[in-house]
This record gives sequence, C-alpha cells and structure tokens, in this order.
Amino acid sequence: VCTIADVPADGGACALVEGEQVAIFNFARRGEWYATQNLCPHKQQMILARGMIGSTGAACEPKVACPYHKRTFSLLTGECLNGDECSIQTYPIKVENEVVYIGRA
Amino acid sequence: MAPQGNPTVVVIGNGMVGYKFCEKLLAKSTAFNLVVFGEEPRVAYDRVHLSEYFGGKTADDLLMAPTQWYHDNGIVLHLGDAVQEIDRASQTVHARSGLVQPYDYLILATGSSAFVPDIPGVEKKGVMVYRTIEDLDEIKAYAATARSGAVLGGGLLGLEAAKALLDLGVEDAHVVEFAPRLMPRQIDAAGSAMLQSKLEALGLKIHLSKATSGIVGDGKIESLHFGDGSVLEVDMLVISAGIRPRDELAKLAGLEVGMRGGIVVNDEMQTSDSRIFAIGECALHSGMIYGLVAPGYDMAEVVVSQLLRGARAFTGYDMSSKLKLIGVDVASFGDPFIAEPHSRSIVFEDAHNGVYKRINISPDGKYLLGGVLIGDAEAYNMLLQTVNNKLVLPPHPEDLILGARGGEVDSGAGVMSLPDEALVCSCEAVTKGMICDAVTEQGITTVDAMKKCNKAGTGCGGCVPMVKDLINGTLTAQGAYIKNVLCEHFDYSRQELIDLLHINDIRSYGAALDRFGAGDGCEVCKPAVASILSGLWNELIVKQNVIQDTNDRYLANIQKGGSYSVMPRMAGGEVSPQQLMAIGRIAEKYNLYTKITGGQRIDMFGAHVSDLPDIWEELINEGFESGHAYGKSLRTVKSCVGSTWCRFGLHDSVSFAIELENRYKGIRSPHKMKSGVSGCVRECAEAQAKDFGVIATEKGWNLYVCGNGGAKPQHAQLLAADIDKETLIKYLDRFIMFYIKTADPLMRTATWLNKMDGGLAYLKNVIINDSLGICVDLEAEIELLIKNYHCEWKEVVENPELRKQFTHFVNAPKAKDPTMEFAEMRGQKMSKAW
Repeated sequence: VCTIADVPADGGACALVEGEQVAIFNFARRGEWYATQNLCPHKQQMILARGMIGSTGAACEPKVACPYHKRTFSLLTGECLNGDECSIQTYPIKVENEVVYIGRA
Repeated sequence: MAPQGNPTVVVIGNGMVGYKFCEKLLAKSTAFNLVVFGEEPRVAYDRVHLSEYFGGKTADDLLMAPTQWYHDNGIVLHLGDAVQEIDRASQTVHARSGLVQPYDYLILATGSSAFVPDIPGVEKKGVMVYRTIEDLDEIKAYAATARSGAVLGGGLLGLEAAKALLDLGVEDAHVVEFAPRLMPRQIDAAGSAMLQSKLEALGLKIHLSKATSGIVGDGKIESLHFGDGSVLEVDMLVISAGIRPRDELAKLAGLEVGMRGGIVVNDEMQTSDSRIFAIGECALHSGMIYGLVAPGYDMAEVVVSQLLRGARAFTGYDMSSKLKLIGVDVASFGDPFIAEPHSRSIVFEDAHNGVYKRINISPDGKYLLGGVLIGDAEAYNMLLQTVNNKLVLPPHPEDLILGARGGEVDSGAGVMSLPDEALVCSCEAVTKGMICDAVTEQGITTVDAMKKCNKAGTGCGGCVPMVKDLINGTLTAQGAYIKNVLCEHFDYSRQELIDLLHINDIRSYGAALDRFGAGDGCEVCKPAVASILSGLWNELIVKQNVIQDTNDRYLANIQKGGSYSVMPRMAGGEVSPQQLMAIGRIAEKYNLYTKITGGQRIDMFGAHVSDLPDIWEELINEGFESGHAYGKSLRTVKSCVGSTWCRFGLHDSVSFAIELENRYKGIRSPHKMKSGVSGCVRECAEAQAKDFGVIATEKGWNLYVCGNGGAKPQHAQLLAADIDKETLIKYLDRFIMFYIKTADPLMRTATWLNKMDGGLAYLKNVIINDSLGICVDLEAEIELLIKNYHCEWKEVVENPELRKQFTHFVNAPKAKDPTMEFAEMRGQKMSKAW
C-alpha cells in the first residue's frame, strides 16, 4: 500500500486499503510494523494513525494512544488497555523490498 | 480432602459466622478436615445487606463465597440437611438425612431465628418474619397484592424491614413499637425523636408504646388490635421483634443454656463440653447475646486460635454501629446513654435539616465516651476511633460534631493521626497499620483492591469511607515522590531529566530513552521529553514530530471530527485592516469557521490536514506567523488599549504587550502560559488572572505571577511593584526559565507556586535576590531560546519533505478524509457532534 519511507519512524500514517482506512505504525525502535483500523471506537474519530505509540507493562506490550482522549489500544490484540469495552481491529502487515503490504483481517 | 489422621472439625450452621470460621481456619491451617452442615438450601450469604435483595441484588450477589469455594478448599458441605442430634459420648452428629458424622471438635454456629411473640392470630396468612432469603421471597410475593403493611418492632431490623415494604411499593407502611421510642437499645430519646420525624417525612407511619394484643382477620390478617383498644387495618404484617438464639440442639445434647436462651460459653467460646464451641448469635457470653456480625467474626477468630493452641479470648465487644435506615444515617458508638455525673454531653440539634448529634465526654473533658448521630454520621468512624483508642480530645470537643468553624478545615489529617493499631474494620479486624502497609508495600491504591488484599470493608461496609481516606492519606504522604516520576518508562522527575539531558547534551527522544529510560515510551513521557528538549535547545519542533501530541505534530489544534484550527499570531491583539482582510479572504477560500478567541486573536476552524501547508503559505505571504496555539508555550499577551488612546491609560500597554509576546513566543514550557498587560489599575486586560501579568502604575509597572483562569481560578500574586521595563523583563526572563526548569509536566504556574516550599516569599528570593545564585544561568538559557526562535510554519511551508507529512492518506496524498462531516450554524460551518 505504501513504501516504508511514507511512514515516519516510531510514528504512524493512514492508508486507504480497498476503501478502508488503515493505520500503519512503523515501530522502528523495535523493528516492528503494525496495522490497525484508523477509527478510534471511543468517539468514532478517524485518527489513530496520528496517535503516539509506545509500550506498557513488563512485557512491553506495544500500544497506540488516541490523540483525542488518550484511550490506548494494544497493537497486538487491539484490546483497549484503559479497561473500556471497545477494541480495535488489527491487520496482518509485512514489509518486502521497502514496500508495505496489508493483509485481510 | 485433607489427609486422614487430621482432626475433624464439624461446623453446624452455614451462616455468615459459620462461613467466616471456615475462612479464618483455612487461612491459618490446613491440618483439619472441615465438615459443614447447613439447614438452608443455599450456602452462606450476607444477611447484613439482606435489604439490598429488594434493591436489585440477586441471591448470588449476596453469597459470602460461591459453592465452588467450599469444594476448592476441601470442605465437605451438606446443604439442606439439618443436624438433629449431637451424641457427645460417641462424638458424632446425626443429620436428618440419616448421615452420622464423627467429630473431634464441634462448632455450633446455629445463629438465631426471628422471635415471634405469642400473640393470638400470629398463625394467620400474611404474617411473616424477616430473616432469610426465603422469608424475603415470601414477603415479596405477598406485598405484590398488599396495599398496606406493618412491621412489628421498631428496632434496627424492624426499620430495615419497613424500608423493604416501601421498596416493594406498599403504599401505606406502618411501624409498631412496644417501647416509647424507636431503636431503644441504640439511641437516646432525642435521637429517636429526630429519626422518627425523618422517617415520617419519608412516608412511614410510626406507632409507639403499642402492645399488640391480637391479629384479627378471616384466615388472613386484616387488622392489628392493641392493648389501648386502638385498631390498625393492614393487609400484611412483618414481625421483627428481636432474635431468639437457636439453642435447641445444644439443649437436647445437655449443654448449658441461658435462662432466656443462648448456649453458655466461656471466654474461649467453649460450651460446657470442652470439645464443643459456640459462636455467633447462638452463643451467650457473660449474659449477652451479640446480634451483630462483627462480634460473631471475632468469636470465630477466637475459636480458630483455640484450635491452634493459641491464646486469644473473647472479652465482650463494642456494639457501636452505623447504618443507613431508609436513607437516614443512624449511628451510635461507645456508651450512647451515659449521663451526669459520669459524663457531660454536648448536643447539637438541627430540626430543620433533621440532624441530631450527641457526644458524651468524660467529666474532665479529656476523653470521648460515646454518642449518637442521626441524619449525618460522617464523623462516625473518627469518633469511634477517638473512643476506642482513648485519644485525647481537642480543646474544643464541640468541633468534633460541628466541624471547625472559622479558618481552614483540616480534612484528611484526622485519620492519619490515628495510632497504627487502631482497629478500622472491626468486622475483619483490620488495623490502620495494615491498611497503610498495604498501600506502601503492596501498591494498593483503591478500596476494591484493599478489599481483595486484606478484606477491610467487606463486612458491614461502615468503615469504607475511612479506608478510602487512609489510602488517599498514605498516598499523599508518599505523593511527592510518586507524582514526580514521569511514567513507567522514566524513573526520574521532569527536573531530574532536564539536568540529565542538558549535561549529557541529549537532543532526541530515542537517545534519552536508551540512556535513561526503559521500554518503548508512551503518550506521557514522549511529549514531556519533547517539551524538555524544546525547553533546552528550542530546535525546530517538527523534527520531534512522532513524540509530540497531534497538535504539536501538525502545528495546529485538532478539533472534533479530525479537522484542525489555524491561529496566526496577533501580538498584543493588534491587527491591521489589511491583515483582517487577508484572514477573511483565506478563511473564505478554504471554507473555515472564524471566531475571535479569549486571547484577542482570530481562530480559523475546520481545516483539512492536507490544506494546512497551503493555508499557512498564504498567511505567511500576508506577513503572519505561527501563533503557537497548538503548543505548550506562550499563547498571547492580552492588552488593553492603553495610554495611546485611553483617557485613563498611564503607559502604553499595547506596545509592551507586543514586546513581551514577541520576546517569549514559541518557547516551550511545561504547560501553556498566558499573559496580559493593563495600562492602568482598571485592569481591562485581566492581567491578574494570567501566568504573568503586568499593570501600569504611576511610577512604572507591577509584575504579577502565577495566576490562573480555567477550572480553578486563582489570582496572580505581586512579585515586584513599580519597576521599570528593563527590570521587569529581567525578572520575567528568570521567572519563566525557573518555571520551565522546575515544574512537573503539564503543571501550570499557579499549581507550581502552590506546591513550592516557601511559596511566594521563596520565589521572590530566587528571582529578585538571586538566593540560589542561578540568575545568570537562567538569563543565559532563556536568551538562547529566544535567539533560536523559528516560525515553525515558515519552516514547513518552505520544506517539501516536511510538507509531505500533512496528508490524511499516505497512499492518496490529495484525498481528504471522506468521513469528515460538517454541519451549519448561523451561516458558518460547524463540526458534527460526536
């Protein structure tokens, strides 16, 4: 869907994938890539790609924080880490020859 | 199951106390085989909160522990199987099912039954007792068709039952009491009167000094007849006239029982047979039956100690209690009735609000002996502790029930002053020390977690407010340290990190995290470090983009719906007609909503992220620069029109405001800063509500600092008076840099000053007298920041690589977010509600 240069290191970008808005995260610090839905389920805002990523807990679970009200979601499971019911969809992602590919959920 | 050869302990009765005995024994030892017989069909449940069964709780909610708990702990449980006989000679019990169970120790926790007085007609339909979940089901079913109902008994349980009737929708609810007042065993006459008037206001009808002589009706109850000849027509009657210890099994086995019921026990809770113990409401200790759960739990603890060859004994129990009866707080503690000459009482009565408080103090005025609280029992826990721990009373003991008058109320410090051994949760025997230790050593921060940790507050729940105060008080005591650590990734305060990054010349977040942090960072430490790096070096903020909040990342304020707002600087609120027209033209072209802000400038809302660089290119071409509304930095220096036009103005406030705004613009601080300059004492610029404010005087300028509007308004305080411009700027340089270097993340100047040891006097000393000897450094540091100022938007507009970041879709840079929608209001566009 894009090249690795399109997504800032340790940040995110939003891509249009078959009509869906997908947030792509380049977790350069860990050499990992993640993809989730761009919609924050808390207030239904297309925003997560602009959130800050980080980790939490002893296991360093990767997460993204929504810029609006700082709900945080696991990048592995999509589960909300602030105890809310809502969760987000995650997508398989791979990088080959500097090109980023998103799979179906 | 525990191995053979261990002694077998048989518990007869699976109520709250029987259950608690099992729990306490298991916590101490697994060297016993536990066998429990319960006559009710369900496992032990919380009878204290039985009335909540009508309030929506289910029978399962009320369980002390699920059935699984008994299995998991190897307890052999026989429910619905009453023990019918104890054979002391062969040490066996015989159950109704025919089961014969040998015992080494036998625990009688048979509880009590409702006492039903021998009134003619008591067998009629519609006459019920209030004791078990089954009783409640029966009451519930009958109340569905009843219009009126009465409760016989105006004690604690009776009033609970009356509440149940109200909850069940019985319109016409009565309480009938033999004594001349309600709750005669707990509260004094004046308190009873207050309680009565409150309950009557809630719709209960109270009948005192009534001896019920007959229950009349054709098969079912229709009316109550009293000794004085009066009659009360009711459809149903709930009897709650006290409890009767269940001692029939003990009596049959030849154990000693009291004249008026109850299994006689010694201080070790042993009956007249040393292998048989009795605990809870069936036990008669020193002529006393304890109808509360807390002493029952204490008795259970004593028996556990005895079985383990311990030395605990039961020595009577404080019958203090607090409860909410139909929404009215009622509490009695210590000795509520003690009077002259053994005590002097202080009474507070407020008939208007239905509050009655009485405290009894020792004749020498030193100690609290007991008291009664009606209508407002907030002070109960503290008063009870004062009695139990023999705390010396303050010089004005009336403050205990009236609150301190005139001057600061000392909130929270009270609980922390208790001794560590003070018993806070009497149901579970949890002391203040145990609660505070759980906070400091196990990191407990909530009441729920505390309940799991040491069971405090799980019994009657009366101590929960105090547990909460103790948790908060302990946290506060540690607070200085806890709050100062940035987050889980950095074990340093903001101040410490500033010095570390400065000394080590660290200029990126990654380097900071590698060197001083752990993990991969988060939304707390990233912007905090970004702010520190900006405060140290003031390098272009967009270089730090992924560690900034979205506002700093896109140099604009995100709004509902995902659009951004655009705010150019208008220093001092001054704007030319040409600039106004340019803003009008640009706002129209990009379809932006415009509004004048509180900081005297114009904000343009509803910009798509991909339009931001184009909008700013046009604004910059018209001579505007970034207004830094998105940053934690100086917002605006508001000004009044000043001496150039105003007939009252003393000096030119507009020019000074512009000078200050341009001096400090763009500098990143722990939080946003707002400022104002007023040309005279009329203060039209509201400078005293700002982080720093300046007001013109006859002799020069006054400088105020650390004010705040917002959620918690606070007036700014005078730092220096009648100073000239140059001195004022020098002080401000020092003040701002000192704030940047020492405040916590997202701490405004007002909070910063409030938390500063020594307060304003200290701050004055640092800024004016250079008491720390750092002013030369502070001035040099802020000079560097001022010198490194860039218009961030100019950098972006001129840099194609940076411009590229302003897209919604990386793979469709021209496309806008199709989900972004706007509504219309008063001829302008508006974001759509979420």
